Amino acid sequence: MNFLSIFVFIPLLMLLGLWLVKGQKGIRAVMVIGSTALLASAICLTVQFLADRAAGNTAEMLYTASFSWFEPLHIYYSVGVDGISVAMLLLSGIIVFTGTFVSWDMCKEYFLWFTLLSLGVFGFFISIDMFTMFMFYEVALIPMYLLIGVWGTGKKEYSAMKLTLMLMGGSAFLMCGIFGIFYGAGGQTMNILDIANLQNGAHAIDISQQYIWFPMTFVGFGVLGALFPFHTWSPDGHASAPTAVSMLHAGVLMKLGGYGCFRIAMYLMPQAANELAWIFLILTGISVVYGAFSACVQTDMKYINAYSSVSHCGLVLFALLMINQTAATGAVIQMLSHGLMTALFFALIGMIYGRTHTRDIRELNGLMRIMPFLSVCYVIAGLGNLGLPGLSGFVAEMTIFVGSFQHEETFYRVLTIAACSSIVITAVYILRMVGKILFGTCTNEHHLKLTDATLVERFPVIVLICCIAGIGLAPFFVSDLVNGGVTPIIEHIGYVASKSNPFL
Amino acid sequence: MDYQYTLLILLLPFLSFLVLGLFGKWMSHKVAGIIGTVSIGVVACLAFYTAYAYFGAGRDADGTFATELPYNFTWLPFYIGNLHFDMGIMLDPITVMMLIVITTVSLMVHIYSFGYMHGERGFQRYYAFLSLFTMSMLGLVVATNIFQMYMFWELVGVCSYLLIGFYYTTAPAVSASKKAFIVTRFADLGFLVGILIYGFYTGTFSFDFTVSGSVREFAGASFILPTALFLMFIGGAGKSAMFPLHIWLPDAMEGPTPVSALIHAATMVVAGVFQVARLFPLWITYAPETLHVVAWIGAFTAFYAAAVACAQSDIKRVLAFSTISQIAFMMVALGVCIPGEHAIIDNHGSLGYMASMYHLFTHAMFKATLFLCAGCIIHAVHSNEMSMMGGMRKYMPVTNITFLIATLAISGIPPFSGFFSKDEILAASFQYSPLMGWVMTGIAAMTAFYMFRVYYGIFWGTENKEYHEEIKAHGHLGEAPLVMTLPLILLTIITIFVGWTLPGTFGSYVSATGQAYVIHLDPKIAITSVVIAVASILLATWIYARSSQPVAERMKAAFPRLHEWAYRRFYIDEIYQFITHRIIFAYISRPLAWFDRHIVDGALNGLASGANGIGERIRPLQSGRVQQYAYVFFLGAVVLFFIMII
Amino acid sequence: MIQIEYFLIVAAVMMFAGIFGFLTRRSTLAILLSIELMLNATDINFAVFNRLMYPAGHEGYFFSLFSIAISAAESAIAIAIMINIYRQMKDISIDKLQKLKW
Repeated sequence: MNFLSIFVFIPLLMLLGLWLVKGQKGIRAVMVIGSTALLASAICLTVQFLADRAAGNTAEMLYTASFSWFEPLHIYYSVGVDGISVAMLLLSGIIVFTGTFVSWDMCKEYFLWFTLLSLGVFGFFISIDMFTMFMFYEVALIPMYLLIGVWGTGKKEYSAMKLTLMLMGGSAFLMCGIFGIFYGAGGQTMNILDIANLQNGAHAIDISQQYIWFPMTFVGFGVLGALFPFHTWSPDGHASAPTAVSMLHAGVLMKLGGYGCFRIAMYLMPQAANELAWIFLILTGISVVYGAFSACVQTDMKYINAYSSVSHCGLVLFALLMINQTAATGAVIQMLSHGLMTALFFALIGMIYGRTHTRDIRELNGLMRIMPFLSVCYVIAGLGNLGLPGLSGFVAEMTIFVGSFQHEETFYRVLTIAACSSIVITAVYILRMVGKILFGTCTNEHHLKLTDATLVERFPVIVLICCIAGIGLAPFFVSDLVNGGVTPIIEHIGYVASKSNPFL
Repeated sequence: MDYQYTLLILLLPFLSFLVLGLFGKWMSHKVAGIIGTVSIGVVACLAFYTAYAYFGAGRDADGTFATELPYNFTWLPFYIGNLHFDMGIMLDPITVMMLIVITTVSLMVHIYSFGYMHGERGFQRYYAFLSLFTMSMLGLVVATNIFQMYMFWELVGVCSYLLIGFYYTTAPAVSASKKAFIVTRFADLGFLVGILIYGFYTGTFSFDFTVSGSVREFAGASFILPTALFLMFIGGAGKSAMFPLHIWLPDAMEGPTPVSALIHAATMVVAGVFQVARLFPLWITYAPETLHVVAWIGAFTAFYAAAVACAQSDIKRVLAFSTISQIAFMMVALGVCIPGEHAIIDNHGSLGYMASMYHLFTHAMFKATLFLCAGCIIHAVHSNEMSMMGGMRKYMPVTNITFLIATLAISGIPPFSGFFSKDEILAASFQYSPLMGWVMTGIAAMTAFYMFRVYYGIFWGTENKEYHEEIKAHGHLGEAPLVMTLPLILLTIITIFVGWTLPGTFGSYVSATGQAYVIHLDPKIAITSVVIAVASILLATWIYARSSQPVAERMKAAFPRLHEWAYRRFYIDEIYQFITHRIIFAYISRPLAWFDRHIVDGALNGLASGANGIGERIRPLQSGRVQQYAYVFFLGAVVLFFIMII
Repeated sequence: MIQIEYFLIVAAVMMFAGIFGFLTRRSTLAILLSIELMLNATDINFAVFNRLMYPAGHEGYFFSLFSIAISAAESAIAIAIMINIYRQMKDISIDKLQKLKW
């Protein structure tokens, strides 16, 4: 069996373990061992992958394997990774690992769903068969409903319902899109590589069909990537979700959207991607600026962060649609960076909320004196979010802006400048929030008695900050890793699209 | 020549920041201060050694100092053409000069802060931020490419934010820090877009202008390049507080005074000037007209700031506006440069370049002195208001003398350093146009006037005896400790000597072409400016030096509107406030948020309730009556039967 | 030999009597009787078609036998349900049995 499947087996074993053990200690033991194993495998995979690449293995996907699953419909369990998936697996590993520590006191059922969600996420990133991918995608979405609906806060039923319904709506589009691609390419294979490279009975998808399936697939994944105007699940969902779920959702699940858009929608339908990019570019451009402006007037910390996620994830899709190497590399780095930063943000917000029992920034002030550790980390997270050099956000944004600005057409460059303006607005809302809740003097005497973070809480925060600073200080490693994965896809899109009337 | 050790110049402050930031909590104040000061002391020694080695290494065959590139590596590849984000160290005359300015002032401020911040909560944090700032500022000046500059540019902005907001429990400090960051960030957007445009058309980010990449569609160069440069200048205008982006600087005085001396007087605020100087070959070659626009913006800023400074009562505010005005002088000096006849850059037409750098150097020293003196005074009387001072010369003799010398320097009185540098600026302005020359001379006179106004207001004038007695009753009103006065004295010595010892030499080290350039004092301009300066000093003496100020009162009464306007800084802040809160927040953000909640989300909720509604309508069909179902079933069967027959 | 039509007429009469009863009766017992009528009508058809049209085979008879067995079982279950309903609601009129509507 291929060793990538370890990412599916570990969560399965964790589920089994959780089912068998009794008591909080046992649950924690299973979770810590399991998530550490996942993180360790992700790190090993990264090292191994880099070593293989350095050794000159230039295959598009490494460690591929395929097992027949349902032959009549040509569904295979096919796995394989390239630079993008490795980066995403690493991100998921870190977030699941830290998420475990953040949800330290939760019960068994919570962890069961949490693990199932991780299973879906890891499965999604390793699979290269469209149907298997879709299946893991659904596996990742469904637990969200229960996690928010049962363990959430505020109007959790409404939010859980909204989130699930909107994402399921996206899935419906997606499924149509996937079957459209499958039959459009000849109905012989679901494998992404086969369809892209026209192997194993796949033929090029007719352009008129691409025009139908591309928007469907893109919107389907775009819903999860907070594409305007399908982003409204994000503020409500994040605001109601329990801390670790927000982390996992904003940190990893939203990346499924961008990843899927790139890997399936754009990669498999290059002509349509080139022709229709402008529509989605405008939508994502709106997301970027609009999310930032909306964040300026929110009063709930989680809403601010959720709208900021809309803005930042909009930037991911924006850069992908520019269809050039630099921008796409920037997009993937932005996925990583945004994943880590929002996870950090949500973790900190959760910890502050756990103490003060309010997230309304008008009711909080002067927390710096009361909980210095959390506040300092909060400032770091905020500065990272607004693109402080030395943290990951800066690297991602600069790569995106430089890349996007290299587009040959003036229209796209003007759009890029519009997107750049989001960095100013980001500064406005981040500083507004930081200034209101952390600085000043605390006037609420209930808050004066609160304590700073415990060791178990400090640990994940420190891990996340180290990762963010790591990417920010030495971006060339990540950048090279990601670029290796992005290049063939971008070249494929450009190459196929450049051939006029190619396959007649 | 080997400059490998220059890496330490960046590394040491950074390490000091890390150590202080991570482990400061467990250190005593003294240890933390010593770590910070020693590391910056070593860096200062290295900087001086670098300068010695660099200028001592001699000139190349063409009479210029060679540009050294001890480090340069690709930090972030962009995978497109020749574009990559490099990090490295580049040494050329202005970099080396900046290294000296930054490390000297920073070292003085580190020492001074021992006394000023004594016993202050967050002492370790303060030193950590100072180290981080020093590292970023040094990184900015040694940048090998425009992107590295931008990166450290952002970092100094953040350090400035953190240090202005050092007293984060007080509301004015918090809002001032926020304002400083957002205004400069807004300006940086211009810088970033400028960089993007520049990179796109020239295919390189490097400061090595002789090798440019694949230049595309350069037919539009006459328009594109000036645009890009002007956008970058907007970033510089934000950092250097040019009108109308100056509003953050006066508020930034909420930070601790040594920080104002280091960041908001000597180093960070001149980053904009440094940026224009760094890109000077591009400006003068491709965009001389735009460069003159910069000059006029600078002239207006200088005038505006000088006018406002005449009416302020907070001594740090006066110094802040005088900083704005002096930086504007440097901008003007760069802006009045004109392309030469034979080579595009020649030392005659580009006299302003040298003047600007010279003024940057001398200004950093005397303005730091002024701020540190102000710090001593504020330390003694616990207030920034001039009305709380007066007659301080009795209590603080050292501060009095150093402040006076620095004031004479900024007013342009020989033999202090300010005279020489300002004189070069005036000469360059006259060379460009007599109008500009006279305007700048006039502003120089205003400078002398308001600086002496504040000097007399602090050390002479009406003494606030009651208040001073009260301070004495509670403790001590007198000279600051040696650790604070020593930096004053050192900086004053530099101010005294750097003028008349350097004029021959400064130009030979730093000039537009890089070749040695001997500065000549133009006696006509020199005498005019000195006469005018002396006249305005005498005027200020007549009005403000006595213990009662009838003239000032009468003037205030005669022009109440003008005084009020100047005191309120011509309401520029209020206009900004109006734009941000009334227009952007109220007319963009709130409607967008409303739109999001009610239209976009409402559409989706509508979809959901629509589905619910349809469900309600369909529900009665499921009546639960078995026989009704059977009827329908039977009818359906009959219909199907007939259909099949037909 | 009796013509096939006669059998079919009897079966059709039984069938429609069953349908009519099923649709109009209010008592569940009567409805059950109607269902039995319909089932028997189809049983007759199976047997007759087998005997008269495909004399070589026996599938029709088998089917009838199965059907009879199933209907017996089904009546037993149905009556058991009705008894239970009666115990619960003291009534087995179909109008009252609407609780599982939604």
